[in-house]
Amino acid sequence: MEHFLDQVINGLQLGFMYALIALGYTMVYGIIKLINFAHGDVFMVGAFIGYYGFAKWGMPLPLAVITAMAVCAILGVVIEKIAYRPLRYAPTISVLISALGVSLFLEYFCSLRFVFGPNYRVVQRPFEEVHWVLGGVTFNNIQVMVAVVVIIMLLLLQYMIYRTKIGMAMRTVSFDHDAARLMGVNVDSVISVTFAIGSALAAAGGVLFAIAYPQIQPFMGIMPGLKAFTAAVLGGIGIVPGAVLGALIMGQVETLTAAYLPTQLRDAIAFAILIIVLMVRPTGILGKNKPEKV
Amino acid sequence: MLTVNNIQVYYGAIQALHGISFEVNEGEIVTLIGANGAGKSTTLRTISGLIRAKSGLIEFMGQDITKTPAHKIVKMGLAHVPEGRKIFPNLTVHENLLMGAYTKSDRTEIAASLENVFQRFPRLKEREKQHAGTLSGGEQQMLAMGRGLMCKPSLLILDEPSMGLSPILVEEIFNIIQEINQLGTTVLLVEQNAFMSLQIAHRAYVLETGRILLSGTAADLQANPKVRSAYLGDVIE
Repeated sequence: MEHFLDQVINGLQLGFMYALIALGYTMVYGIIKLINFAHGDVFMVGAFIGYYGFAKWGMPLPLAVITAMAVCAILGVVIEKIAYRPLRYAPTISVLISALGVSLFLEYFCSLRFVFGPNYRVVQRPFEEVHWVLGGVTFNNIQVMVAVVVIIMLLLLQYMIYRTKIGMAMRTVSFDHDAARLMGVNVDSVISVTFAIGSALAAAGGVLFAIAYPQIQPFMGIMPGLKAFTAAVLGGIGIVPGAVLGALIMGQVETLTAAYLPTQLRDAIAFAILIIVLMVRPTGILGKNKPEKV
Repeated sequence: MLTVNNIQVYYGAIQALHGISFEVNEGEIVTLIGANGAGKSTTLRTISGLIRAKSGLIEFMGQDITKTPAHKIVKMGLAHVPEGRKIFPNLTVHENLLMGAYTKSDRTEIAASLENVFQRFPRLKEREKQHAGTLSGGEQQMLAMGRGLMCKPSLLILDEPSMGLSPILVEEIFNIIQEINQLGTTVLLVEQNAFMSLQIAHRAYVLETGRILLSGTAADLQANPKVRSAYLGDVIE
């Protein structure tokens, strides 16, 4: 039983990190109906920038996280401007192919020696891991940090979407671009802001990931990216709370599978979920007639 | 106030507007009438910048807005209440109205506009906290118009405000349009309900397949036999 609870805590940690990535997928989908397949690679860039920040440039960890978020926010905006905006009125499949192109570009460009290089790097954590036992359940300071950071970001995001003018504009754009324009909303800048926020959240996830599972390389974004995408679909793509819910479920499924079933089944089960959701309930768990999309 | 000069609009290879020209003067209610597919909505969407004209000129308050992006045109004082209302169902009534004042930043001004809209449409006040998607058709039309008024436009463009409403509500909406106009807002009204719109309009233009067929004062057009048979349901003896 205690082992089970330990696994639940591990799953929570993983789920929280997936949530940060899944939000970017779901927000971008809500606004422009695009699955941004380069999103996992933005997560990877975030992990590297954060790692450089605290391990090489001597930044305090919070500053490293903020730097990674800022760099990735700009990266996200640039990706949208170069690879998606010119295709705004093109068939969906063209934009999807463009997204895959960006994804591969980022992976191989970052593998170049003068960028991040192709090798695995072991991340020296900026602090020692400390374990605590509470009521028989073991948890550590990394898990606490992940939970605190993610919950703060979720609250900020929620505040932004529901309590600020730009958030309200995002909700109108997710409903209808033309109707938003007629209110005086500059739809292009709302789309840019959405990419900036989604990418910044992925970057924060990347830094946390690098600290929790201390190994990074240029292809590290693929799997978490696909899992987070599955989480977004599971919760209901385009629905913000759905992304978090889906991510928490995915985190549990993955850690519990690894703990109690042959570990190799982990990814197979994760993607079986994707296939089943798409077949049985393509709108996802929270997808209803009137989804709250952003 | 608004001058549209010989605009040509295409959807891909298909020409939707074949050189439309008309004008709206300050203080007027001008109506564009015509059958489905005549190009009424296309004309409005071109004016407010949602579609680009291939050629021609649109001037609003003496400024060329032919190539101005839609969100900047709103800021100049032109509000467009689109066909099908396009209220935001996932936002509350209150938030929908705030979106109408998106281009404004003065809080006291916004509060005053809100008060005005609630006075004109008391029903919206009762529903303030509700999601707009839960409103009835008539309430949604009131919300769409109230939202349009939130930016205190000098020109209010209404696209088919009577669509899908019961005769009593249509009458109410048209009365409100007249009141809004009497308080100093110029109105450009597109309607399939030619009978009602000619009753409140000062001048009118009749569109057919992307061209202006007839124009004149509303009274003249109401008396015109062609208009009577084609748009007012008169039987030709």
